[in-house]
Amino acid sequence: MKNLIEVKNIKKNYGKKEAVRGISFNVQENEILGLLGPNGSGKTTTIGMLLGLLKPTSGQIFIDNLKLENHRIEILEMINFISPYIELPKKLTVKQNLNVYAKLYKVQNIEERIEYLSEKLRIEELLDSITGELSSGQKNRVSLAKALINEPRVLLLDEPTASLDPEVGDFVRTFLEEYKKEKKISILLASHNMSEVTRLCKSVLMMKNGEIIDQGKPDDLITKHGRSNLEEVFLKLSRSKNEFN
Amino acid sequence: MSLTRIYGLFLRHFYLITRSFPRVLDLVYWPTIQITLWGFISNFFATHTTYYNNAVGVILTCAILYDFLFRTSIGFNMLFLEEIWSRNFTNLFIAPMKIGEILTSLVITALIRSLIGLVPAVLLTSPLFGISILELGIFLFFLFLSLYIFGITLGILVSSGLLRFGPSFENIAWSTMFLLAPFGCIYYPIETLPEVFQKIAYILPLVYIFEEARNILINQTVDIENIYNAFIWNALYFTLSIILFYYSFNAAKNRGTLINMGE
Repeated sequence: MKNLIEVKNIKKNYGKKEAVRGISFNVQENEILGLLGPNGSGKTTTIGMLLGLLKPTSGQIFIDNLKLENHRIEILEMINFISPYIELPKKLTVKQNLNVYAKLYKVQNIEERIEYLSEKLRIEELLDSITGELSSGQKNRVSLAKALINEPRVLLLDEPTASLDPEVGDFVRTFLEEYKKEKKISILLASHNMSEVTRLCKSVLMMKNGEIIDQGKPDDLITKHGRSNLEEVFLKLSRSKNEFN
Repeated sequence: MSLTRIYGLFLRHFYLITRSFPRVLDLVYWPTIQITLWGFISNFFATHTTYYNNAVGVILTCAILYDFLFRTSIGFNMLFLEEIWSRNFTNLFIAPMKIGEILTSLVITALIRSLIGLVPAVLLTSPLFGISILELGIFLFFLFLSLYIFGITLGILVSSGLLRFGPSFENIAWSTMFLLAPFGCIYYPIETLPEVFQKIAYILPLVYIFEEARNILINQTVDIENIYNAFIWNALYFTLSIILFYYSFNAAKNRGTLINMGE
Protein backbone atom coordinates (compact mmCIF):
# COMPACT_ATOMS: atom_id res chain seq x y z
CA MET A 1 0.00 0.00 0.00
CA LYS A 2 1.15 3.50 -0.81
CA ASN A 3 1.94 5.96 1.98
CA LEU A 4 -0.20 9.07 1.60
CA ILE A 5 1.17 10.75 4.71
CA GLU A 6 4.86 10.53 5.54
CA VAL A 7 6.13 12.35 8.60
CA LYS A 8 9.89 12.32 9.07
CA ASN A 9 11.40 13.33 12.38
CA ILE A 10 9.37 16.52 12.87
CA LYS A 11 10.02 18.75 15.83
CA LYS A 12 8.17 21.83 16.99
CA ASN A 13 9.54 24.18 19.60
CA TYR A 14 7.80 27.22 21.02
CA GLY A 15 10.77 29.09 22.39
CA LYS A 16 12.37 26.67 24.84
CA LYS A 17 9.29 24.49 25.08
CA GLU A 18 9.44 21.35 22.97
CA ALA A 19 5.88 20.61 21.87
CA VAL A 20 6.78 17.82 19.44
CA ARG A 21 10.12 16.04 19.78
CA GLY A 22 11.12 14.39 16.54
CA ILE A 23 8.29 12.07 15.63
CA SER A 24 8.01 9.94 12.47
CA PHE A 25 5.09 7.96 11.14
CA ASN A 26 3.30 7.02 7.93
CA VAL A 27 -0.37 6.65 7.02
CA GLN A 28 -1.16 4.37 4.14
CA GLU A 29 -3.85 4.72 1.52
CA ASN A 30 -7.18 3.33 2.80
CA GLU A 31 -5.95 3.39 6.43
CA ILE A 32 -7.21 5.10 9.56
CA LEU A 33 -4.39 5.83 12.00
CA GLY A 34 -5.33 6.78 15.54
CA LEU A 35 -3.41 9.50 17.35
CA LEU A 36 -3.81 9.12 21.09
CA GLY A 37 -2.37 10.97 24.00
CA PRO A 38 -3.26 13.05 27.01
CA ASN A 39 -3.95 16.78 26.68
CA GLY A 40 -0.78 18.65 25.83
CA SER A 41 0.91 15.59 24.37
CA GLY A 42 1.41 17.25 20.95
CA LYS A 43 -1.51 15.82 18.94
CA THR A 44 -2.99 19.15 17.89
CA THR A 45 0.46 20.56 17.16
CA THR A 46 1.14 17.56 14.93
CA ILE A 47 -2.14 18.04 13.08
CA GLY A 48 -1.41 21.78 12.77
CA MET A 49 1.90 20.98 11.10
CA LEU A 50 0.22 18.53 8.70
CA LEU A 51 -2.27 21.25 7.74
CA GLY A 52 0.48 23.79 7.11
CA LEU A 53 -0.82 26.02 9.92
CA LEU A 54 2.37 25.49 11.87
CA LYS A 55 5.90 25.40 10.58
CA PRO A 56 7.94 22.51 11.99
CA THR A 57 11.16 23.57 13.70
CA SER A 58 12.79 20.70 11.82
CA GLY A 59 11.83 17.57 9.93
CA GLN A 60 9.81 16.95 6.82
CA ILE A 61 6.21 16.18 5.90
CA PHE A 62 5.18 14.57 2.63
CA ILE A 63 1.59 14.18 1.45
CA ASP A 64 1.25 11.90 -1.57
CA ASN A 65 5.01 12.26 -2.13
CA LEU A 66 4.80 16.07 -2.24
CA LYS A 67 6.85 17.97 0.30
CA LEU A 68 4.54 20.24 2.30
CA GLU A 69 7.11 23.00 2.57
CA ASN A 70 7.25 23.37 -1.23
CA HIS A 71 3.75 22.33 -2.32
CA ARG A 72 1.41 23.84 0.28
CA ILE A 73 -1.42 24.74 -2.10
CA GLU A 74 -1.39 21.44 -4.05
CA ILE A 75 -1.44 19.55 -0.76
CA LEU A 76 -4.24 21.62 0.76
CA GLU A 77 -6.31 20.83 -2.33
CA MET A 78 -6.23 17.14 -1.43
CA ILE A 79 -6.66 17.27 2.34
CA ASN A 80 -9.31 18.53 4.73
CA PHE A 81 -9.94 18.78 8.43
CA ILE A 82 -12.71 18.64 11.00
CA SER A 83 -12.58 19.68 14.63
CA PRO A 84 -15.21 20.67 17.18
CA TYR A 85 -13.09 23.76 17.89
CA ILE A 86 -13.65 25.34 14.51
CA GLU A 87 -16.98 26.22 12.96
CA LEU A 88 -18.53 27.45 9.77
CA PRO A 89 -19.88 31.02 9.55
CA LYS A 90 -23.01 31.01 11.69
CA LYS A 91 -25.12 33.51 9.77
CA LEU A 92 -24.91 31.71 6.43
CA THR A 93 -27.24 28.88 5.47
CA VAL A 94 -25.78 25.40 5.25
CA LYS A 95 -25.95 25.48 1.47
CA GLN A 96 -24.27 28.90 1.28
CA ASN A 97 -21.44 27.62 3.47
CA LEU A 98 -20.96 24.50 1.38
CA ASN A 99 -21.10 26.59 -1.79
CA VAL A 100 -18.42 28.98 -0.48
CA TYR A 101 -16.07 26.14 0.45
CA ALA A 102 -16.77 24.30 -2.80
CA LYS A 103 -15.55 27.42 -4.60
CA LEU A 104 -12.50 27.83 -2.34
CA TYR A 105 -11.56 24.23 -3.20
CA LYS A 106 -12.47 24.77 -6.88
CA VAL A 107 -14.94 21.86 -6.90
CA GLN A 108 -16.18 21.25 -10.44
CA ASN A 109 -19.78 20.07 -10.10
CA ILE A 110 -20.80 21.95 -6.99
CA GLU A 111 -24.54 21.21 -7.07
CA GLU A 112 -23.92 17.52 -7.66
CA ARG A 113 -21.31 17.34 -4.88
CA ILE A 114 -23.53 19.11 -2.34
CA GLU A 115 -26.44 16.86 -3.30
CA TYR A 116 -24.30 13.73 -2.89
CA LEU A 117 -22.93 14.75 0.51
CA SER A 118 -26.31 15.99 1.73
CA GLU A 119 -27.85 12.64 0.98
CA LYS A 120 -24.99 10.63 2.49
CA LEU A 121 -24.88 12.76 5.66
CA ARG A 122 -28.65 13.20 5.89
CA ILE A 123 -28.58 16.98 5.79
CA GLU A 124 -30.86 17.57 2.77
CA GLU A 125 -33.49 19.18 4.94
CA LEU A 126 -30.93 21.43 6.62
CA LEU A 127 -29.55 23.01 3.47
CA ASP A 128 -31.66 26.16 3.79
CA SER A 129 -31.27 26.40 7.55
CA ILE A 130 -29.05 29.00 9.23
CA THR A 131 -25.88 27.19 10.31
CA GLY A 132 -25.75 28.89 13.73
CA GLU A 133 -29.23 27.60 14.56
CA LEU A 134 -28.38 23.91 14.14
CA SER A 135 -27.94 21.43 16.99
CA SER A 136 -24.45 20.07 17.79
CA GLY A 137 -25.17 16.85 15.94
CA GLN A 138 -26.45 18.69 12.87
CA LYS A 139 -23.47 21.09 12.90
CA ASN A 140 -21.12 18.14 13.12
CA ARG A 141 -22.63 16.51 10.01
CA VAL A 142 -22.51 19.84 8.15
CA SER A 143 -18.84 20.29 9.14
CA LEU A 144 -18.19 16.78 7.87
CA ALA A 145 -19.85 17.70 4.57
CA LYS A 146 -17.55 20.74 4.34
CA ALA A 147 -14.55 18.53 5.14
CA LEU A 148 -15.48 16.17 2.31
CA ILE A 149 -16.50 18.84 -0.22
CA ASN A 150 -13.19 18.58 -2.09
CA GLU A 151 -13.16 14.75 -2.10
CA PRO A 152 -10.01 14.76 0.05
CA ARG A 153 -7.53 11.95 -0.22
CA VAL A 154 -6.35 12.70 3.30
CA LEU A 155 -8.71 13.56 6.13
CA LEU A 156 -7.51 14.86 9.49
CA LEU A 157 -10.01 14.44 12.30
CA ASP A 158 -9.57 16.06 15.69
CA GLU A 159 -12.10 14.57 18.11
CA PRO A 160 -14.76 14.32 15.41
CA THR A 161 -17.46 12.95 17.72
CA ALA A 162 -16.76 14.99 20.85
CA SER A 163 -19.97 16.33 22.42
CA LEU A 164 -22.22 14.18 20.21
CA ASP A 165 -24.92 11.91 21.58
CA PRO A 166 -24.26 8.14 21.12
CA GLU A 167 -26.61 7.83 18.14
CA VAL A 168 -25.09 10.69 16.13
CA GLY A 169 -21.60 9.55 17.19
CA ASP A 170 -22.33 6.08 15.86
CA PHE A 171 -23.75 7.53 12.63
CA VAL A 172 -20.55 9.55 12.07
CA ARG A 173 -18.30 6.57 12.81
CA THR A 174 -20.26 4.30 10.47
CA PHE A 175 -20.20 6.97 7.78
CA LEU A 176 -16.43 7.41 8.11
CA GLU A 177 -15.84 3.66 7.91
CA GLU A 178 -17.93 3.35 4.75
CA TYR A 179 -16.56 6.49 3.13
CA LYS A 180 -12.97 5.38 3.74
CA LYS A 181 -13.71 1.97 2.28
CA GLU A 182 -15.41 3.44 -0.77
CA LYS A 183 -12.90 6.21 -1.54
CA LYS A 184 -9.75 4.55 -0.14
CA ILE A 185 -8.71 7.73 1.67
CA SER A 186 -6.22 8.06 4.51
CA ILE A 187 -7.49 9.31 7.84
CA LEU A 188 -5.54 10.53 10.84
CA LEU A 189 -7.86 10.45 13.83
CA ALA A 190 -7.02 12.23 17.09
CA SER A 191 -9.50 11.17 19.71
CA HIS A 192 -10.02 10.59 23.41
CA ASN A 193 -12.79 8.10 22.70
CA MET A 194 -11.03 4.74 23.01
CA SER A 195 -13.93 2.63 21.77
CA GLU A 196 -14.06 4.84 18.67
CA VAL A 197 -10.35 4.37 18.08
CA THR A 198 -10.57 0.60 18.64
CA ARG A 199 -13.44 0.37 16.18
CA LEU A 200 -12.04 2.60 13.41
CA CYS A 201 -8.27 2.40 13.52
CA LYS A 202 -6.04 -0.23 12.02
CA SER A 203 -3.18 1.04 14.14
CA VAL A 204 -2.56 3.76 16.71
CA LEU A 205 0.22 6.04 17.87
CA MET A 206 0.43 6.85 21.57
CA MET A 207 1.89 10.30 22.24
CA LYS A 208 3.11 11.82 25.46
CA ASN A 209 5.19 14.95 26.07
CA GLY A 210 5.65 15.44 22.34
CA GLU A 211 6.97 11.93 21.68
CA ILE A 212 5.53 8.72 20.31
CA ILE A 213 5.79 6.38 23.28
CA ASP A 214 4.20 3.33 21.68
CA GLN A 215 2.45 2.26 18.52
CA GLY A 216 0.76 -0.74 16.96
CA LYS A 217 -2.60 -2.36 16.32
CA PRO A 218 -5.09 -1.77 19.13
CA ASP A 219 -5.37 -5.49 19.93
CA ASP A 220 -1.59 -5.92 19.94
CA LEU A 221 -1.15 -2.99 22.35
CA ILE A 222 -3.80 -4.40 24.66
CA THR A 223 -2.01 -7.78 24.71
CA LYS A 224 1.45 -6.23 25.01
CA HIS A 225 0.51 -4.16 28.05
CA GLY A 226 -1.57 -6.91 29.64
CA ARG A 227 -4.74 -4.83 29.80
CA SER A 228 -8.31 -5.63 28.82
CA ASN A 229 -9.00 -2.64 26.57
CA LEU A 230 -7.37 0.35 24.91
CA GLU A 231 -8.55 2.78 27.57
CA GLU A 232 -6.57 0.89 30.21
CA VAL A 233 -3.51 0.90 27.96
CA PHE A 234 -3.97 4.67 27.51
CA LEU A 235 -4.20 5.21 31.27
CA LYS A 236 -1.17 3.04 31.96
CA LEU A 237 0.97 4.90 29.42
CA SER A 238 -0.33 8.33 30.41
CA ARG A 239 0.41 7.76 34.07
CA SER A 240 3.77 6.07 33.57
CA LYS A 241 6.97 8.05 34.09
CA ASN A 242 8.61 7.17 30.82
CA GLU A 243 8.37 3.42 31.51
CA PHE A 244 6.91 3.01 28.10
CA ASN A 245 7.37 -0.55 26.97
CA MET B 1 -23.92 42.43 48.47
CA SER B 2 -20.68 40.48 48.65
CA LEU B 3 -17.49 42.50 48.28
CA THR B 4 -15.59 39.29 47.54
CA ARG B 5 -17.82 38.51 44.55
CA ILE B 6 -17.67 42.12 43.34
CA TYR B 7 -13.88 42.02 43.65
CA GLY B 8 -13.86 38.61 41.92
CA LEU B 9 -15.67 39.97 38.88
CA PHE B 10 -13.45 43.05 38.87
CA LEU B 11 -10.40 40.76 38.84
CA ARG B 12 -11.79 38.84 35.86
CA HIS B 13 -11.62 42.03 33.75
CA PHE B 14 -8.50 43.41 35.42
CA TYR B 15 -6.51 40.27 34.59
CA LEU B 16 -7.68 40.49 30.99
CA ILE B 17 -6.53 44.12 30.69
CA THR B 18 -3.16 43.63 32.36
CA ARG B 19 -2.36 40.57 30.25
CA SER B 20 -2.83 42.40 26.99
CA PHE B 21 -0.77 45.39 25.88
CA PRO B 22 -3.24 46.32 23.08
CA ARG B 23 -6.00 46.60 25.70
CA VAL B 24 -3.91 48.90 27.91
CA LEU B 25 -3.01 50.99 24.88
CA ASP B 26 -6.67 51.17 23.95
CA LEU B 27 -7.55 52.67 27.36
CA VAL B 28 -4.92 55.35 27.11
CA TYR B 29 -5.14 56.39 23.54
CA TRP B 30 -8.80 57.11 22.85
CA PRO B 31 -8.97 60.11 25.19
CA THR B 32 -5.55 61.31 24.00
CA ILE B 33 -6.51 61.14 20.35
CA GLN B 34 -9.90 62.77 20.84
CA ILE B 35 -8.40 65.67 22.79
CA THR B 36 -5.60 66.12 20.24
CA LEU B 37 -7.90 66.04 17.20
CA TRP B 38 -10.55 68.38 18.57
CA GLY B 39 -7.87 70.63 20.07
CA PHE B 40 -6.39 71.25 16.63
CA ILE B 41 -9.80 71.75 15.05
CA SER B 42 -10.84 74.26 17.73
CA ASN B 43 -7.51 76.02 17.56
CA PHE B 44 -7.75 76.41 13.79
CA PHE B 45 -11.28 77.79 13.78
CA ALA B 46 -10.51 80.15 16.66
CA THR B 47 -7.66 81.76 14.74
CA HIS B 48 -8.87 81.46 11.12
CA THR B 49 -12.57 82.27 11.26
CA THR B 50 -12.54 83.82 7.80
CA TYR B 51 -10.45 81.11 6.11
CA TYR B 52 -13.38 79.29 4.56
CA ASN B 53 -15.98 81.11 2.53
CA ASN B 54 -18.05 78.01 2.41
CA ALA B 55 -17.12 76.28 5.64
CA VAL B 56 -19.99 73.78 5.62
CA GLY B 57 -19.23 72.63 2.08
CA VAL B 58 -15.54 72.15 2.72
CA ILE B 59 -16.05 70.40 6.06
CA LEU B 60 -18.77 68.13 4.74
CA THR B 61 -16.76 67.18 1.67
CA CYS B 62 -13.76 66.37 3.84
CA ALA B 63 -16.01 64.46 6.23
CA ILE B 64 -17.33 62.32 3.36
CA LEU B 65 -13.81 61.69 2.09
CA TYR B 66 -12.63 60.77 5.59
CA ASP B 67 -15.62 58.53 6.13
CA PHE B 68 -14.84 56.68 2.90
CA LEU B 69 -11.29 56.10 4.18
CA PHE B 70 -12.63 55.04 7.57
CA ARG B 71 -15.18 52.62 6.05
CA THR B 72 -12.63 51.09 3.71
CA SER B 73 -10.12 50.46 6.47
CA ILE B 74 -12.63 49.25 9.06
CA GLY B 75 -14.46 47.26 6.38
CA PHE B 76 -11.28 45.37 5.55
CA ASN B 77 -10.59 44.68 9.22
CA MET B 78 -14.19 43.60 9.79
CA LEU B 79 -13.90 40.95 7.09
CA PHE B 80 -10.86 39.54 8.84
CA LEU B 81 -12.39 39.80 12.30
CA GLU B 82 -15.61 38.12 11.14
CA GLU B 83 -13.60 34.97 10.45
CA ILE B 84 -12.13 35.07 13.95
CA TRP B 85 -15.46 35.74 15.68
CA SER B 86 -17.22 32.97 13.78
CA ARG B 87 -14.35 30.56 14.55
CA ASN B 88 -13.98 30.01 10.82
CA PHE B 89 -10.42 31.31 10.68
CA THR B 90 -8.76 27.88 10.61
CA ASN B 91 -11.11 26.66 7.87
CA LEU B 92 -10.06 29.60 5.74
CA PHE B 93 -6.35 29.09 6.21
CA ILE B 94 -6.47 25.35 5.50
CA ALA B 95 -8.29 25.99 2.23
CA PRO B 96 -5.93 25.96 -0.77
CA MET B 97 -5.87 29.75 -1.04
CA LYS B 98 -2.78 31.79 -1.74
CA ILE B 99 -2.23 34.79 0.49
CA GLY B 100 -2.58 36.98 -2.61
CA GLU B 101 -6.02 35.47 -3.29
CA ILE B 102 -7.19 36.10 0.26
CA LEU B 103 -5.99 39.71 0.16
CA THR B 104 -7.47 40.38 -3.30
CA SER B 105 -10.83 38.98 -2.28
CA LEU B 106 -10.89 41.11 0.89
CA VAL B 107 -9.79 44.22 -1.03
CA ILE B 108 -12.64 43.87 -3.54
CA THR B 109 -15.21 43.10 -0.83
CA ALA B 110 -14.06 46.09 1.23
CA LEU B 111 -14.49 48.36 -1.82
CA ILE B 112 -18.04 47.17 -2.42
CA ARG B 113 -18.88 47.67 1.28
CA SER B 114 -17.45 51.19 1.23
CA LEU B 115 -19.30 52.17 -1.92
CA ILE B 116 -22.58 50.94 -0.44
CA GLY B 117 -22.02 53.36 2.45
CA LEU B 118 -20.68 56.20 0.32
CA VAL B 119 -23.45 56.56 -2.25
CA PRO B 120 -26.26 57.47 0.20
CA ALA B 121 -23.95 59.96 1.99
CA VAL B 122 -23.10 61.70 -1.30
CA LEU B 123 -26.76 61.78 -2.36
CA LEU B 124 -27.96 63.15 1.00
CA THR B 125 -25.58 66.12 1.19
CA SER B 126 -27.14 67.80 -1.85
CA PRO B 127 -30.82 68.01 -0.74
CA LEU B 128 -29.96 68.51 2.94
CA PHE B 129 -27.14 71.06 2.71
CA GLY B 130 -27.10 72.14 -0.94
CA ILE B 131 -23.60 70.74 -1.33
CA SER B 132 -22.29 68.29 -3.89
CA ILE B 133 -18.99 66.51 -3.49
CA LEU B 134 -19.04 66.16 -7.27
CA GLU B 135 -17.80 69.78 -7.39
CA LEU B 136 -14.35 68.26 -7.03
CA GLY B 137 -14.77 67.11 -10.64
CA ILE B 138 -12.67 64.43 -12.27
CA PHE B 139 -10.06 64.79 -9.53
CA LEU B 140 -12.57 63.36 -7.08
CA PHE B 141 -11.83 59.95 -8.62
CA PHE B 142 -8.11 60.29 -7.88
CA LEU B 143 -8.78 61.47 -4.34
CA PHE B 144 -11.11 58.52 -3.69
CA LEU B 145 -8.67 56.10 -5.29
CA SER B 146 -5.88 57.42 -3.11
CA LEU B 147 -8.02 57.17 0.03
CA TYR B 148 -9.12 53.67 -0.95
CA ILE B 149 -5.51 52.51 -1.34
CA PHE B 150 -4.56 54.02 2.01
CA GLY B 151 -7.64 52.53 3.71
CA ILE B 152 -6.77 49.10 2.35
CA THR B 153 -3.15 49.58 3.40
CA LEU B 154 -4.23 50.31 6.97
CA GLY B 155 -6.55 47.30 6.84
CA ILE B 156 -3.71 45.03 5.75
CA LEU B 157 -1.41 46.45 8.45
CA VAL B 158 -4.01 45.80 11.16
CA SER B 159 -4.73 42.31 9.78
CA SER B 160 -0.99 41.62 9.96
CA GLY B 161 -1.18 42.56 13.63
CA LEU B 162 -4.14 40.22 14.12
CA LEU B 163 -2.18 37.40 12.49
CA ARG B 164 0.89 38.12 14.58
CA PHE B 165 -0.68 38.91 17.97
CA GLY B 166 -4.06 37.21 17.75
CA PRO B 167 -7.54 38.53 18.63
CA SER B 168 -6.22 40.85 21.38
CA PHE B 169 -5.04 43.12 18.56
CA GLU B 170 -8.71 43.68 17.71
CA ASN B 171 -8.89 46.93 19.72
CA ILE B 172 -6.15 48.44 17.60
CA ALA B 173 -8.22 47.58 14.54
CA TRP B 174 -10.94 49.98 15.69
CA SER B 175 -8.67 52.81 16.61
CA THR B 176 -6.06 53.06 13.84
CA MET B 177 -8.01 55.68 11.96
CA PHE B 178 -8.39 57.89 15.01
CA LEU B 179 -4.66 57.74 15.68
CA LEU B 180 -3.99 59.07 12.19
CA ALA B 181 -6.82 61.62 12.13
CA PRO B 182 -4.93 64.49 13.80
CA PHE B 183 -1.98 64.01 11.42
CA GLY B 184 -4.21 63.63 8.38
CA CYS B 185 -5.21 67.33 8.52
CA ILE B 186 -8.73 66.41 7.53
CA TYR B 187 -10.47 69.55 8.71
CA TYR B 188 -7.61 72.06 8.95
CA PRO B 189 -4.49 72.99 6.96
CA ILE B 190 -1.17 71.41 7.88
CA GLU B 191 0.13 74.73 9.21
CA THR B 192 -2.21 74.29 12.18
CA LEU B 193 -0.06 71.44 13.49
CA PRO B 194 3.07 71.98 15.58
CA GLU B 195 6.25 71.59 13.54
CA VAL B 196 7.06 68.11 14.85
CA PHE B 197 3.59 66.88 13.91
CA GLN B 198 3.91 68.50 10.49
CA LYS B 199 6.97 66.35 9.80
CA ILE B 200 4.92 63.24 10.61
CA ALA B 201 1.98 64.49 8.56
CA TYR B 202 4.14 65.03 5.46
CA ILE B 203 5.04 61.34 5.33
CA LEU B 204 1.37 60.36 5.21
CA PRO B 205 -0.66 60.44 1.98
CA LEU B 206 -3.67 61.82 3.86
CA VAL B 207 -2.34 65.34 4.21
CA TYR B 208 -1.87 65.66 0.43
CA ILE B 209 -5.35 64.30 -0.27
CA PHE B 210 -7.18 66.64 2.12
CA GLU B 211 -5.00 69.65 1.25
CA GLU B 212 -5.88 69.08 -2.39
CA ALA B 213 -9.60 68.66 -1.70
CA ARG B 214 -9.57 72.03 0.13
CA ASN B 215 -7.44 73.58 -2.58
CA ILE B 216 -9.94 72.58 -5.29
CA LEU B 217 -12.96 73.73 -3.29
CA ILE B 218 -11.54 77.00 -1.93
CA ASN B 219 -9.08 78.16 -4.61
CA GLN B 220 -10.74 76.45 -7.60
CA THR B 221 -7.32 75.28 -8.77
CA VAL B 222 -5.67 71.88 -9.01
CA ASP B 223 -2.21 71.09 -7.69
CA ILE B 224 -1.18 67.86 -9.41
CA GLU B 225 1.83 67.58 -7.11
CA ASN B 226 -0.45 66.89 -4.14
CA ILE B 227 -2.14 64.02 -5.98
CA TYR B 228 1.23 62.72 -7.17
CA ASN B 229 2.71 62.85 -3.65
CA ALA B 230 -0.30 61.02 -2.24
CA PHE B 231 0.16 58.20 -4.75
CA ILE B 232 3.91 57.94 -4.12
CA TRP B 233 3.41 57.58 -0.35
CA ASN B 234 0.51 55.20 -0.94
CA ALA B 235 2.65 52.99 -3.17
CA LEU B 236 5.34 52.87 -0.50
CA TYR B 237 2.99 52.05 2.40
CA PHE B 238 0.96 49.57 0.36
CA THR B 239 4.12 47.66 -0.60
CA LEU B 240 5.29 47.69 3.02
CA SER B 241 1.91 46.44 4.23
CA ILE B 242 2.00 43.49 1.81
CA ILE B 243 5.53 42.59 2.92
CA LEU B 244 4.47 42.85 6.57
CA PHE B 245 1.40 40.66 5.96
CA TYR B 246 3.54 37.89 4.47
CA TYR B 247 6.02 38.28 7.32
CA SER B 248 3.21 38.07 9.90
CA PHE B 249 1.74 35.01 8.19
CA ASN B 250 5.08 33.22 8.46
CA ALA B 251 5.54 34.43 12.04
CA ALA B 252 2.05 33.13 12.88
CA LYS B 253 3.01 29.74 11.45
CA ASN B 254 6.03 29.68 13.74
CA ARG B 255 4.18 30.86 16.84
CA GLY B 256 1.03 28.79 16.33
CA THR B 257 -1.32 31.80 16.20
CA LEU B 258 -3.16 30.41 13.18
CA ILE B 259 -4.16 27.25 15.01
CA ASN B 260 -5.20 29.03 18.20
CA MET B 261 -7.14 31.77 16.43
CA GLY B 262 -10.08 29.49 15.69
CA GLU B 263 -10.42 28.24 19.24
